[in-house]
Amino acid sequence: MTLHDYQLSQLDILESESVHIIREVAAELERPALLFSGGKDSIVMLRLAEKAFWPAPIPFPVMHVDTGHNFPEVLEFRDRRVAELGVSLVVASVQEAIDRGLVAEEPNGSRNRIQTPVLLDAAEKNRFTALFGGARRDEEKARAKERVFSFRDDFGQWDPKNQRPELWNLYNGRIHLGESIRVFPLSNWTELDVWQYIAREQIEVPSIYHAHEREVFERDGMLFAANEFCRPRDNEATFIEKVRYRTVGDATLTAAVKSDADTIEKIIEEVAATRLTERGATRGDDRVSEAAMEDRKKEGYF
Amino acid sequence: MDTVATKAPMTHNMGLLRFATAGSVDDGKSTLIGRLLYDSKSIFTDQLESVERTSQERGDEYTNLALLTDGLRAEREQGITIDVAYRYFATPRRKFIIADTPGHIQYTRNMVTGASTADLAIVLVDARKGLVEQSRRHAFIVSLLRVPHLVLAVNKMDLVDWSEEVFEEISHEFAAFASKLAIPDLTAIPISALHGDNIVSRSENTPWYEGSSLLHHLEHVHIASDRNLVDVRFPVQYVIRPQSLQHADYRGYAGQIAGGVLKKGDEVMVLPSGLTSRIAAIETADGPVAEAFAPMSVTVRLEDELDVSRGDMICRPHNRPAVAQDIDAMICWMADTPLVPGQKLAIKHTTRSARALVKEMQYKLDVNSLHRDESATQLDLNDVGRVRLRTTAPLLADEYRRNRITGGFILVDESTNRTVGAGMITAAS
Repeated sequence: MTLHDYQLSQLDILESESVHIIREVAAELERPALLFSGGKDSIVMLRLAEKAFWPAPIPFPVMHVDTGHNFPEVLEFRDRRVAELGVSLVVASVQEAIDRGLVAEEPNGSRNRIQTPVLLDAAEKNRFTALFGGARRDEEKARAKERVFSFRDDFGQWDPKNQRPELWNLYNGRIHLGESIRVFPLSNWTELDVWQYIAREQIEVPSIYHAHEREVFERDGMLFAANEFCRPRDNEATFIEKVRYRTVGDATLTAAVKSDADTIEKIIEEVAATRLTERGATRGDDRVSEAAMEDRKKEGYF
Repeated sequence: MDTVATKAPMTHNMGLLRFATAGSVDDGKSTLIGRLLYDSKSIFTDQLESVERTSQERGDEYTNLALLTDGLRAEREQGITIDVAYRYFATPRRKFIIADTPGHIQYTRNMVTGASTADLAIVLVDARKGLVEQSRRHAFIVSLLRVPHLVLAVNKMDLVDWSEEVFEEISHEFAAFASKLAIPDLTAIPISALHGDNIVSRSENTPWYEGSSLLHHLEHVHIASDRNLVDVRFPVQYVIRPQSLQHADYRGYAGQIAGGVLKKGDEVMVLPSGLTSRIAAIETADGPVAEAFAPMSVTVRLEDELDVSRGDMICRPHNRPAVAQDIDAMICWMADTPLVPGQKLAIKHTTRSARALVKEMQYKLDVNSLHRDESATQLDLNDVGRVRLRTTAPLLADEYRRNRITGGFILVDESTNRTVGAGMITAAS
């Protein structure tokens, strides 16, 4: 940052805007929680929350909706990071919810869709009135329409035709009992901004984001890791490939991309040059229909 | 796991320009945005394939770039844009955030929303039709929201044989109208969004046009001096008091600077109390800074222990905002039920929340003719008018034309909690 001409870089502007949003929520909403998956976006959010209240600790807990289909590297990372920051961690377990009959396993084995009722259930039990999510508007066309403060009714539902106008840096966080606000401090960030910020801030990310050799198989034109959650079918041969992940999600439907990028600098070069969106390249769940994301969001998904 | 050893490439020093687009239905706004994204290589292969597939399925004759921007099911079904959407693209020179505002239904409300944070607005006009009522309305909203830069994009020039005369006529007529408004910087560009003329590079079809292409203009328009760096305004957002032994006596006031430059050692006044102190330190999680300016989010510590809380404002003793409960403001009304005198609403202004009584309806503005209707008794959805409010707690307010952050507010219906109005302060006492 150069002070003499009072100019800020776009990363400084985005950071300042996000910090403002996070503080507004802490000031105006009674019980916020930050959704933390161990993915790059929620890692950046955690850093921003740390900055917003420094030198005081982050004044709200962190919640992980655990599908049970995790990459072990990500769980290890989650626990270590939470311990370092001294924040409390709430785990909403999809497996536990299946065991007690709240949700049923889907035929394709994916737990992406059934994590929504688990999330809503945990939010209700913990009386969370605001949930921070790492979603960005550049990710997907339905998300391009999302507000920074996104109102959800008492069923956690999003109504895209009935959103609160959002002007200047003024956010309306008023809700009735049972209703909640989803907050997206990274709304205006792009995938490249996130990686550039990770580089600038020297933030650690789980190792699966870096290129590494892994046993994979090809399905629907995407490379899936062969592991206990995701087994190749008879006609799908496994092979070793150098890959990395662009998003971290349910291991059954999050695909890897071929890559040699084993440093953040190389990842940035790759992201800057790619011709595929991060979700289009690696997320099976968004291929269901043109409006797959919108439909899931209406039900309460992030 | 490994951490990063070096800093990011130089690209992180790029500036950021936020712009809003406005235009009537079929003026080619979605095509223009699609074109900007396409030509700046911000459209990804999978997005394009999806749009091509959908275009084919719908029986469109050509790849409909508008499908890139209409994200919702209902929008795609009806072929219209319902709500503001935000898009992102970058060139080696700048990053851009587009507020893509719909042209027809609920136009005023959505355009006001998109324009509230914009550095620049593009008003699109169809060269064959010339200025229509909506072009004037869009220009008016741009000036009402004090968007500092306006681009008149005269589109579909290919359909008027690239006529310089048509372009000049439209530009002059628009400039004449704009001169009645507060539009400090107006640029007119002849374009064809469909064919890409004068979008990224200058077109051979308009040899008579000597200005820059649209993208070149967006990359170079000077926005650094648009911020108010004169009047120090620091709305206190959050008081930081760590409950820890290490920081036992720490008391910091966190917030985003709304105007001016704060420096360590500066004499400051806290409003509404009027107590004075000096800035002991300006802190960030990355360490203290000697000075800070809008729009930085920082934490300020004062030399004296004062009672300061959220909603207070730190400023300079000889340069203060008004401390006012009687507010005159231009309101854009955004609810289906009308705004009427006697109504009580919640108001949010900077970090301060209060209640407001609608004391008086001064006039309703015809946003097409700029005629003031002083006999109006209410504001309906999408109406703009001047209203006098009385607030339960004083606002620490500037005129909107001096500072968009300390001059803007929202009104909220206390029963539904919906945001129902956007206000721009014209006078406060």
